[in-house]
Parts: sequence; structure tokens; C-alpha cells
Amino acid sequence: MTDLNFSMSAPVVAASGRKSALATTPKMSAKHVNFHYDRFHALKDVSFDIAEKRVTALIGPSGCGKSTLLRIFNRIYAIYPKQEAAGEIILDGENILDPKYSLNRLRGKVGMVFQKPVPFPMSIYENIAYAIRHYEKLKKPDMDARVEQALRQGALWDEVKDKLKQSALGLSGGQQQRLCIARAVALKPEVLLLDEPTSALDPIATGKIEQLIAELTEDFTIAIVTHNMQQAARCSDFTAFMYLGELVEFGETEKLFTQPTKQQTEDYITGRFG
Amino acid sequence: MNAAASSPIDKANVAERLYRRRNIVNRIAIVMSCVAAVFGLFFLTWILWTTVSKGLGGISIALFTEMTPPPQQAGGLANAFFGSMMMCGLAILIGTPLGIAAGTWLAEYAGARKIGLVIRFVNDILLSAPSIVLGLFVYTLVVAQMGGGFSAIAGAIALAFIVLPVVVRTTDEMLRLVPAQMREAALSLGVPQWKVIVQVLYRGASAGIVTGIILALARISGETAPLLFTAFGNQYWSADLTQPMASVPVVMNQFTASPYESWQTLAWAGALVLTFFVLVLSLIARAILLRNKISHD
Repeated sequence: MTDLNFSMSAPVVAASGRKSALATTPKMSAKHVNFHYDRFHALKDVSFDIAEKRVTALIGPSGCGKSTLLRIFNRIYAIYPKQEAAGEIILDGENILDPKYSLNRLRGKVGMVFQKPVPFPMSIYENIAYAIRHYEKLKKPDMDARVEQALRQGALWDEVKDKLKQSALGLSGGQQQRLCIARAVALKPEVLLLDEPTSALDPIATGKIEQLIAELTEDFTIAIVTHNMQQAARCSDFTAFMYLGELVEFGETEKLFTQPTKQQTEDYITGRFG
Repeated sequence: MNAAASSPIDKANVAERLYRRRNIVNRIAIVMSCVAAVFGLFFLTWILWTTVSKGLGGISIALFTEMTPPPQQAGGLANAFFGSMMMCGLAILIGTPLGIAAGTWLAEYAGARKIGLVIRFVNDILLSAPSIVLGLFVYTLVVAQMGGGFSAIAGAIALAFIVLPVVVRTTDEMLRLVPAQMREAALSLGVPQWKVIVQVLYRGASAGIVTGIILALARISGETAPLLFTAFGNQYWSADLTQPMASVPVVMNQFTASPYESWQTLAWAGALVLTFFVLVLSLIARAILLRNKISHD
């Protein structure tokens, strides 16, 4: 595992057109973040930056805290009792973990897509319009345009343009997940959090989503949690490797996968554990 | 085990014996469950057959247009049907919003708090409380307070106490069946919790909640005990909610116990209409659930 362009990933890497990892500015910075599930210490003093308009992948074995970390960036963990985050997460110079930071504002800026596609039980059109309506008052033609734009960004428009009024529950799993991405994108967030977005999908749907992720970096900053190391290698610019609640290694994806500095990282990416 | 028992031929024999044994046990189980099913169905059919054969003779236009008659005169059950409809409708109107609100609180806001568990437990007790107890409760709460005057509103309140726990339970359970990811997905769009509940979660749970309401309606339409001390009954047409009001189950209770044949016939006809009504409600509930299941797959 010294060459990144192993056969499986090669075409997708080519399609994604990986950007230079140099000359990036941090969009979100985690500073000494600790997280507790009741008494369990799930994240231990994690600090790293998510670069603007780049893809940052979080990898590591199950239970390492990568999803937990992602769920702090939009404070979705806060809906459950007994979950507490400490430390700072800076977004555009402000600490989002400050209780005074408006959740409404945060979630307008930081969108999230989950492992399992969860379309709302309403029409395809309404799935997109529902979220927009919460932030903006748009006239029908403007709303139509926004829905179309979001569905195009979600690479779903051509497949659903003739059945916008049909229930979103009738879409295939891959289509549902792209709808969820379109729904998150429709709010024009600045950061997109993807929590294992392809783990419930077949390879073809996964390929489409990965292509989409590459396209979305034009406008968005992306953080993706994945179990699939080839996926991280294929579509991210930076990678954070986590183990037992600690950030073991963080760096440019190409470097982390080809010349890891820590033994644990090398063991994990070469499949010796995890 | 000795060496002989583990030879291939012996192994095959043991497997064959075990297979035959399983087969026999299987057959016994099938026969017994069939007998149990036939036993249950036999009485159900008997009940339905009696209701239909005795009630069919009393079905006529007059049943729905004329008032409950004095003994040995012709008449109908119009006032009782109207009273039942009024009181059941009112009970649903009172019990449903309260029940949905309480069920929503249990499922969405109570979380792991102890008070939520306690309320859920108490609600389950209310769910299985004998309806006559609820009738007595409303008697002291409403009827006795109003100077001992029976009224339709008191009857409706008593029935609402039966509707309430059913709706609380179904709302609670149906909302808890909505996957947690749905809440997270909606909340992560920055939509406030109450909007998520009303606009997203209720849609996901609506089929189950509506079914619960319909089944509650089916249950109260046959309740007699809570109405005896509250709405009491009325031989005449009355649309005044502050006055006693007739209802089908109470009239049936009175008429079947009488020695007059015309009253007994009316009671059977009432029973048949009631049974048919409950049957239709159950079918509607099933249709709603089934349609929902198909659209989810």
C-alpha cells in the first residue's frame, strides 16, 4: 500500500480532480474537544482544522469517535440527554459550542447527511421546499427554481423532474440519499457533514455520490465520515485517523495513505486491525 | 458415546429418529392450534349469527326515523342513534386533541425522565380501568356538581376518558416508531422541534394515530356502563347537551331486560346496527394501515 492509485480507486480519483491541498484556509477548527456520553469519555482532546472548500475524511475503526466528532460540528448531539461536549469549535471566528450561538443559525450554515437515507414522508418537491421555507419567504416561481437548482446540485434532477409531486418514499435508496444531499444543499450551507453517506448503498449509487462530493467542493466545505478507506483515499483532500477517541494522525490524504507517520495509522490502513 | 454410535449408519438412524419426532410434535401443534382457532371462531360466528338473525327482523326505515316507543307500541331508535352519535363524536373531539398532545409529550419531550415512565404506566392503568368506574367518576365530578342532573355532556366526558388513554398510547407508540434519524435529519436543517413534530413526525405516524382514534370510536360506541350514571337516557328526541340523552347501548340494556317483544326486537336491531358500525370502522382502520404499509415499502 504505497501507491495511492490502486486499480479500484483510479477512475474515481481521476473524475474527482483532486484539488491541491496547499493554500487552504481553515473553515472550522476543533480545539481541545472532549466529549462524554454520560460517563464514557468518547473524545479525548481532539484538535484539527477542516479546510475551506476541501473534503476532509474522518476514518478509524468502529467506536473510535469519528461519528461523534462529526455530530459535534452541528450540535445535533444536543438533542439527546447526557451527551456533553467541551472545548471549542470555531466557525468563522466564533465558537459554536457557546450556548449563546443560535442553533438555528448554526444548522443553516452547517448541513448534515446521515448514514441511512431519511426522506421525509412527503413529495420530492416538498422535501426540498420544506427546509427552504423555514429560512426564506419565496414566491412559487422562485421556489420552483430553488428546488430545481438543489436537485441539480444533488445530481437527481434528470431522474425526478417528471415526478416532483410523487412521494419521496418511492425513490430508490441511492436516489433517496441524493435527495437528502440536495435537501441539505438547498439551504446553501457553508459546510456539509456526511456521516457514512454511502454505507447503505450499492456500488453504483456509491460511485454517483462520490462524484457528487467532488462536484460539491466547488461551493462547499465537506467533512465525511467513512468506514471505507478506499473511499477516503478516493474523494478526500485531508484525512483524520482516529482511534479510541483520540486523533492519532491528521494530514493530507495522499501523504497519510502513502507515508503515515504513526505505526497505528499504518496498521489500520494496511488492514492489520480495525 | 461408544465408537459404534458414532458410525455413519448409526448417525443417520439417530437423525432419522429425531426428524420423525419433530414431525410428530409439529403435527400435534398444528392440530391443537387449529382446534383453538375453530373453538374461537365457532363462538364468534354464533354471536354474529344470533345478532343477524334476531336483529334483521327489526331493521326498517322506522328504526331510523321514529323515537323509542312506550311498551308494546311501534317505534324506532332514532333518538338513541342520534344521542350515540352526538356523545361519541363529542367524546372523540374532547379526547383526541388531549390524547395526541399527551402522547406527543411522552414520545418527544419526556425523554428518559422518570415522570414520563410514571405517566405511561398510569395511562396503561387508565386504559384497562373498568368503564363503570369511569362512569362513577364522572358522576361525582360532573353530574353531582350540577345538582344531580344527568346530561349528554357528562356522558361525552365519561366516554372521553375511555378515548383518552387509547389515543395517548397509540400516539406515543407510533411516534416512537418513527426512526430517530428522521428527527435528526429534520433538526439538522435548523427546523425547531415543534415544527419537526407537527410537519414531519406526525406525517410519518398519521396512519397509526388515525387508526387508534377509529378503534377508540369503535370501542366507545358500544359502551353502556359509563353512560348509565351520566347521560342516563331519554325516551324522547333531545339535542340539548345539558339534558339527559338516549344512546343505543343504554336503550338496548333497558329493552332486552323488558318482557315486551317489540322492545326486544328493537334492541336486537340496535345490536345489529352497532355491530355493523364497528365492523365498518375496523375495516376502515385496516384499510388505512394496509395502504400505509404498501406506500412505505
